[in-house]
Amino acid sequence: MKSNIGQFRFWAIGLASVWLTLFVLFPNVLVVLTSFLTRDPQATVSLPINADSYVRTLDLLYLRVLWDSLRMSLLAMIACLLIGYPFAMAIVSLPKRWQPVILFLVILPFWTNSLVRTYAIQFILGNQGIINKALLGLGVIDKPLQLLYTQFAVILGLCYILLPFMVLPLYSALEKLDVRLHHAAKDLGAGPLSRFWHITVPLTSPGIVAGCLMVLLPAMGMFYISDLLGGAKNLLLGNVIKTQFLHTRDWPFGSAFSVILIVLLGFMLWLYFRASRFVSKQGGLNGSDF
Amino acid sequence: MAPIFRWGFTGLILFVIYIPILVLVVNSFNASKYGIKWGGFTFKWYEKFWNNDGLMTAALNSLTVSIVAATVATVIGTLAAVALHRYQFKGKALLSSMVFVSMLTPEIVMAISLLIVFMALGIQLGFISLVIGHITFCLPFVIVAVYSRLKGFDMKMLEAARDLGASESSIFWKIILPLALPAVASGWLLSFTLSLDDVIVSAFVTGPGYEILPLKVYSMVRVGVSPEVNAISTILLVVSLVLVVISQLLLREDK
Repeated sequence: MKSNIGQFRFWAIGLASVWLTLFVLFPNVLVVLTSFLTRDPQATVSLPINADSYVRTLDLLYLRVLWDSLRMSLLAMIACLLIGYPFAMAIVSLPKRWQPVILFLVILPFWTNSLVRTYAIQFILGNQGIINKALLGLGVIDKPLQLLYTQFAVILGLCYILLPFMVLPLYSALEKLDVRLHHAAKDLGAGPLSRFWHITVPLTSPGIVAGCLMVLLPAMGMFYISDLLGGAKNLLLGNVIKTQFLHTRDWPFGSAFSVILIVLLGFMLWLYFRASRFVSKQGGLNGSDF
Repeated sequence: MAPIFRWGFTGLILFVIYIPILVLVVNSFNASKYGIKWGGFTFKWYEKFWNNDGLMTAALNSLTVSIVAATVATVIGTLAAVALHRYQFKGKALLSSMVFVSMLTPEIVMAISLLIVFMALGIQLGFISLVIGHITFCLPFVIVAVYSRLKGFDMKMLEAARDLGASESSIFWKIILPLALPAVASGWLLSFTLSLDDVIVSAFVTGPGYEILPLKVYSMVRVGVSPEVNAISTILLVVSLVLVVISQLLLREDK
């Protein structure tokens, strides 16, 4: 009997631990190591250990790509926040029984093929696409606007694919908000804007940070969105990493870029934990404390 | 906010989310090649796909990878969820933080880290590397799905079974698994769709001899217009949508 307990426990704990150690922990350590190695045409990478790859990311050409990618991803993140926040507020204000249905409709596309949905945007933005045809038909413009293969198209695509990741954390933060705080503030004479800015925003800050984290980081990696919507000029960090790994075969350099991404992830997680601590310290907001 | 405004805004965003999907589906039945004008209803792009050996092979390969990956991820993930829920053990915090981190890691970072580890371990790129990669990104989703189901359980039942002499594995087979089955099934379905639709990880860990559908679609849409892509895309979308709806219904069933 005793050994039976031990055996089940052993497999239940062991399988996942071994798998995640072998294919999550260990590989990430290897990425960091690789970024400090030297490129070698024969063996992909070799000694000596150095920080050349990081120095090269500071090269003007790559710094530009890095900045362009970061800017497009940041703009997509801001756009998601500006659309997602009022959207999440609108959902929270709807009747309770409809909220899960709407949320489900928001998440549903996440489970479908995002490559295919990116490709679908070409039908909307193209020279012969819906927008141009509608505007031409209405006589607003007399020749098609160049919408596809621009930075705008990439930002729109990122925003379209990643919006659910912003809406979900915002929704769960807004849903927890205690309406009595708003009533109290109103009684004390605070206007709607001041209530929004001094109550809603600070108390949903963990949701805001979580949403931004879940949009910004994937946005930097989605190479097929810039491929299909941005043409050859508007590159994301993902395109650079992909080129370094699959074409130029400069693994240390590619790894250095992804270490930069990991560091960014770490920084945003730190921000997130600070924001949640702040909210629970400001505290007494879970109803039970009143 | 006035109700009309709330509903209007919500409806507008949902409309924008679904309009490209709708346009794509409609175009897959459009006889006109460039999808500019409506040229009449046709199934010919679906027929072209059906008769294209290369694409059919890629589709079968994709199905194989997804079924294997989803199944393995579900087995390992379910066991891990039970372990995290029931047992105290050394390294529990490490295990749960690895689950957390692998969910948050941007896909591109996971993709290159897997490529590097396959090279380091001498695993050849192809079927095996694809399956391992897909299992790795599906695993946290299964663990979270099953774990959150287990949290809603009445633990006293398990204690009672143990007091009556049931072994740990028979508790699992006779009590935990039947109760957690909807979540397990839903975890499998979600893993299957994630795996079937993946582009980023697959692009890095696939080998030259093993083609899968999303990568084939990727290379086709990069080159230019080929209307079969609309047909394939529609099929992929519909399969995912149906499976996800089923998986959510499974989870809702007895709430």
